[in-house]
Amino acid sequence: MIEARQLTKRYGDKTAVDGVTFTVRPGAVTGFLGPNGAGKSTTMRMIIGLDAPTSGSVSVNGRRYARHAAPLHEVGALLEARSIHPGRSAFDHLMALAHTHGIPRGRVSELIELTGLQPVARKRAGAFSLGMGQRLGIAAALLGDPQTIMLDEPVNGLDPEGVLWIRNLLTDLAAAGRTVFVSSHLMSEMALVADHLIVVGRGRVLADTTVQELVRTAGGDTVAVATADPEQLRRVLSGPGVEITGRPGSEQLSVTGMSPRAIGLAAAEHGIALFELTAKAVSLEEAFMELTKDAVEYHATTTPARAAA
Amino acid sequence: MSIATETRPSAAVPARTADPARKVTGARVLRSEWYKQWSLRSTWITLGLGLLFLLAFGTIASLRYKSMTGSGQQMDPDFADATTYSLALFGTTFATIALGVLGVLSTSGEYTTGMIRSTLAAVPRRLPVLWSKAAVYGVVAFAVGAAGAFGAFLISSGVLSGTAKAMGISADGVVTGLLGAAVYLGLVGVIGVALGALLRSTAGGISAFVGLFLLVPGLMMLLPKSWRADITPYLPSNAGESIFALHHVTGTLTAGNGLLVLLGWTALALAGAAIRLVRSDA
Repeated sequence: MIEARQLTKRYGDKTAVDGVTFTVRPGAVTGFLGPNGAGKSTTMRMIIGLDAPTSGSVSVNGRRYARHAAPLHEVGALLEARSIHPGRSAFDHLMALAHTHGIPRGRVSELIELTGLQPVARKRAGAFSLGMGQRLGIAAALLGDPQTIMLDEPVNGLDPEGVLWIRNLLTDLAAAGRTVFVSSHLMSEMALVADHLIVVGRGRVLADTTVQELVRTAGGDTVAVATADPEQLRRVLSGPGVEITGRPGSEQLSVTGMSPRAIGLAAAEHGIALFELTAKAVSLEEAFMELTKDAVEYHATTTPARAAA
Repeated sequence: MSIATETRPSAAVPARTADPARKVTGARVLRSEWYKQWSLRSTWITLGLGLLFLLAFGTIASLRYKSMTGSGQQMDPDFADATTYSLALFGTTFATIALGVLGVLSTSGEYTTGMIRSTLAAVPRRLPVLWSKAAVYGVVAFAVGAAGAFGAFLISSGVLSGTAKAMGISADGVVTGLLGAAVYLGLVGVIGVALGALLRSTAGGISAFVGLFLLVPGLMMLLPKSWRADITPYLPSNAGESIFALHHVTGTLTAGNGLLVLLGWTALALAGAAIRLVRSDA
């Protein structure tokens, strides 16, 4: 369980995280989405105490991270930036961290096996590929058998098998009752694993919702219908919870609140010919773009101005 | 087992067991830092170099001295006041640099590589990491310094045994002096650790270290003479040298006072490092 309350981080004039409040609950995968520079990494760094908040607070399992007797047992974190000494082997890196908590050697070996690092465990981590480095970071995150797992862009640099592996790992951890908090800018990836979503832009929370809800509010269940007799179809379909829009005289109608199947059946019952019946599936990607449009536009409009100056 | 087939990593997800034995303690942080120190190749190389500097330069200086006395040629004025003890410790300055630089690296390396994020995530109270690093490296540098100083003295003593400057390990003040040299190198290591943690940069830490121990003493010439005599003995390098000087000349500190002054410098550097560690974002 992660609870952020009015969490704020300023670097000079720049506000990286601006009064963010959210709760990440156990037993689910919570996605942390936002465009680059939205404050995701800074928020995660504040959660494990690497950065001190300018104001506000964040607690993990009821306490500030640093106040726990066994921090690695509470939160296992993989940060976006590499956090290993390139001169140390994967095994030695994990063992050095394990020593701080009295975690036995067997647990280190177990994680090396789990993350598929056996062939390179004794090699210097500096020579690792991006994907291998990422696996080592995940092994370190799981080392303390943490209640909360926090991963910043975990699929970066992983091959398709690695991506699948991460996806299953996250789902399994959540199913086992752990709190799983994952940041990503890959909306398609989040759609597959996340139950809950926290969307941020320019340091603020834009949405704290479920995946389905986000898609629905972005107009995800609209059905495009083309018919020979739009007036008749409007009468047939109209009812509570159903919204129909369309220009007068046009064959095209947009219907929300009814499935394409129900529309088709209703039209057939009344003998209305349909030329088109398409569910306008809005992907999570589009829903996200719609939501963060302002945050992104802000960057886009300032860039030419800066270039001119 | 290939990772491609490992799509259900259930081994990572057993029911959590709250194990009260698994918590961070001071002894465990110390153990972790000890492990970290020895799992890097640079530790072995640099400590080896430090030891080599002490042994090799002590040996070379003694051989050079012996060849000058033996051939009856004009004595090099630099060697006029030499003793077996001073010739043996000829390599101390070089060992100071090697051990100081490794001390800087042990902390600055954490920041330049990003390892510090893993370290502080495991020990978010932070200060135990600094104390442990200082303790581990201080002891290691002391041990290397002791091995090098005693080794170099025994070699020099052997080389110069037949000459007018012959001196044994049992001579007055030799054992204390050699231990003093080891203590000096241990504290030099701790100051290196502190400077690396304070500046968070290898280049900055090494520059500060070299500046403090080699350049600042040279700059004392620029000061008015009356000030110079008041300040110079208290510089870390001069105070440190007086810890293991066999004969104290006027204008230098006694061994005990030299040790106190160097301990003061060490405490100052560690305090600065501690404040930066606690106050600044990692």
